[in-house]
Amino acid sequence: MSANAIEARGLVKYFDDFCAVDGVDLTVPEGSIFGILGPNGAGKTTTLRMLLGIINPDKGSRSLLGADRPLSVAQQVGYLPEERGLYQAMKAYDAIAFMGALRGLPLKTGRERGRQLLEENGLGYAADKEIRMLSKGMAQTVQLLGTIVHKPKLIVLDEPFSGLDALNQGKLENLIRAQAEQGVTVIFSTHVIAHAERLCEEIAIIAGGKVPFHGKVSEARDRLRPQVTLETRNSDGPWRQALPQECDRNGQHWHFTLPETGVEPLLKALIDGDAGIESLSIERPGLHDAFVAIAGEAAAREMDEANMETPS
Amino acid sequence: MKELIRSSFVIARRDFTAIIFSKAFFFFLLGPLFPLAIGIAAGGLGQQMAQEIDRPLVAVMLPADEAQALAKAADRLSAQIGARRLPDMKIIAAKDDMAAQVAALLKGDEGNENGDGEKFIAALSGDFASPVLTGAADDVMRWQGEIGLLIDTAQNAADTPPTEVEASIVADSDGARTKLRLLTAQAGQAALFMLTMFLAGMVLSNLVEEKTNKIIEILAASVPIESVFLGKLFAMLAMALIGIAVWVSVGAFAIETFGPGLPSLPVPAVGWPLFLLFAILYFIMGYLLLGSLFLGIGAMATTVREVQTLSMPVTMLQFLVFGLAFYTVSKLGEPLELFAAIFPFSSPFAMLARAAQVDTLWPHLLALVWQIFWAALIVRISAGLFKRNVMKSSNSGKGGFFAQLFSRPT
Repeated sequence: MSANAIEARGLVKYFDDFCAVDGVDLTVPEGSIFGILGPNGAGKTTTLRMLLGIINPDKGSRSLLGADRPLSVAQQVGYLPEERGLYQAMKAYDAIAFMGALRGLPLKTGRERGRQLLEENGLGYAADKEIRMLSKGMAQTVQLLGTIVHKPKLIVLDEPFSGLDALNQGKLENLIRAQAEQGVTVIFSTHVIAHAERLCEEIAIIAGGKVPFHGKVSEARDRLRPQVTLETRNSDGPWRQALPQECDRNGQHWHFTLPETGVEPLLKALIDGDAGIESLSIERPGLHDAFVAIAGEAAAREMDEANMETPS
Repeated sequence: MKELIRSSFVIARRDFTAIIFSKAFFFFLLGPLFPLAIGIAAGGLGQQMAQEIDRPLVAVMLPADEAQALAKAADRLSAQIGARRLPDMKIIAAKDDMAAQVAALLKGDEGNENGDGEKFIAALSGDFASPVLTGAADDVMRWQGEIGLLIDTAQNAADTPPTEVEASIVADSDGARTKLRLLTAQAGQAALFMLTMFLAGMVLSNLVEEKTNKIIEILAASVPIESVFLGKLFAMLAMALIGIAVWVSVGAFAIETFGPGLPSLPVPAVGWPLFLLFAILYFIMGYLLLGSLFLGIGAMATTVREVQTLSMPVTMLQFLVFGLAFYTVSKLGEPLELFAAIFPFSSPFAMLARAAQVDTLWPHLLALVWQIFWAALIVRISAGLFKRNVMKSSNSGKGGFFAQLFSRPT
């Protein structure tokens, strides 16, 4: 078996005439936490559905845990779809067992583990309640537990954080980390950058059906040079030569990207030129800035709007 | 293949328990018992009514000796051809104004006067030489001949003993047997059709819950769509068989206990045990064939409303198929009958009719294999269409339609 849990090459998917995914390449190393970032409608879900074999791509190839027929390894995969769905009349522990049974777990074991998992996650009292009696967040947790009940080697979560309150989001992050510690590969999609920043080693940014970036989070950040924010007493002088051309000026405040030459020449010029430094900060860019730089302003705006609706 | 069966079983088990443990299933079981109960009650009632209506009363106002002779003739003829074929008669003493008396009798006034409240449909007056039957047109025409026959018997054959005709019965003529077996064939077909029509149609709406609830995403990510279809189909089949078992046992018990006893149909050509086995097998096949088609059609529908709209044309389709099979029952061996036996959807019906009429067994084996093949093919095609049109999956570029049909599910 290859060391990659997922490999996809040139995936293309058309819905009628609309191109939802336009040549996506993905490589997810085994045992990693991998995030797929992108605004709504960027093609995240379609990509995941192709990887899982729910739909076939129009072009391109994919392999899941080394198999090119994704369903043949279905028993080692767990999947939480974006649009959650459970049989309303089923009891919580039974719903978990059913999802396990679909993936080859014996029903009896599934029921035992279902109760146990609910207990561990503080939902023991709801084990015998029908799904329709549960709140949306609880039902979502039940479905998440059903996704991992058969102890899969690969977990695919589509927008797992949406619809959860801050407390439950934290629990979910812990659950993802715990799974990864056991060597499970976790891949999730999100439009909330903060989660990816906290959890992921590697990310792929999807925008407009393409992947403009694929790699480590630090690498994405390194694409951007550190940002300098400077406040000076004097508004002009020879030190101005040291500031780059593209520099946002707001009174005595200066905001610019650290020049290629580094920190020292800048500092020296500022001090020698008597700029009168009131304050100075040099910051590494966040994933958000990197995302803006990579996916573009428009994509970032869309994501921010979406974030307003589902605050993280 | 093993995985397909395993995952189909998981789906079927879920569906089956969901159906069996619902309150609706109780009503499903009770449903057909209502008409059965009413049928038995109405049957008993009908019989009573038939007895009351069938013996109309004729007032006999002949001279006394002729009236006696007529009564004797009536007894004699009753013994020969059965009392039900003759009207009931009551001798009424004639009064002076006969015309007025007849009118009063028919109106019912006279009867009330006598205190017995009898209603006459006609009155016979005059004498044997010139009898007159008075009454409403329908009744007079209906009984004219019988009254004439009674008078003839009274006049001519009153003293001779009734002639005995010796019965010499030929053991089942071949022609008679064929004719009778037709009855078994038709009854079997009709029963099969009723059950398939009521039960297979239910499959139509079977995927709507999964689609509206998005459970289909989880199912499609874990098991082949074929498994989902097969599982649902067999869960419904199991439910149908449970229903039939309950109805048949309750029905048989009720008819034996309260009703007139089971109607005896002529023994089918393959014998009763084998015929019943075929009936069960052909029901299963008919159910799977139509069910898989309906499941496929229903899966294309996105809303409950669409499914409801579709159910009428689908029922009509069933009528067509059944009409074909029913029409060909009496045309054993003719091209149309062969077509009905080969055409997958009518095949179970036509083959059951054959089992009633012909005793060769190998065509049944062939037909069953043929029907299984078609049911599997329909499931495959339905699943393919579902994947392409509903899940919006594509061909994955592995050859054409037929190559895909027989390739392994991805």
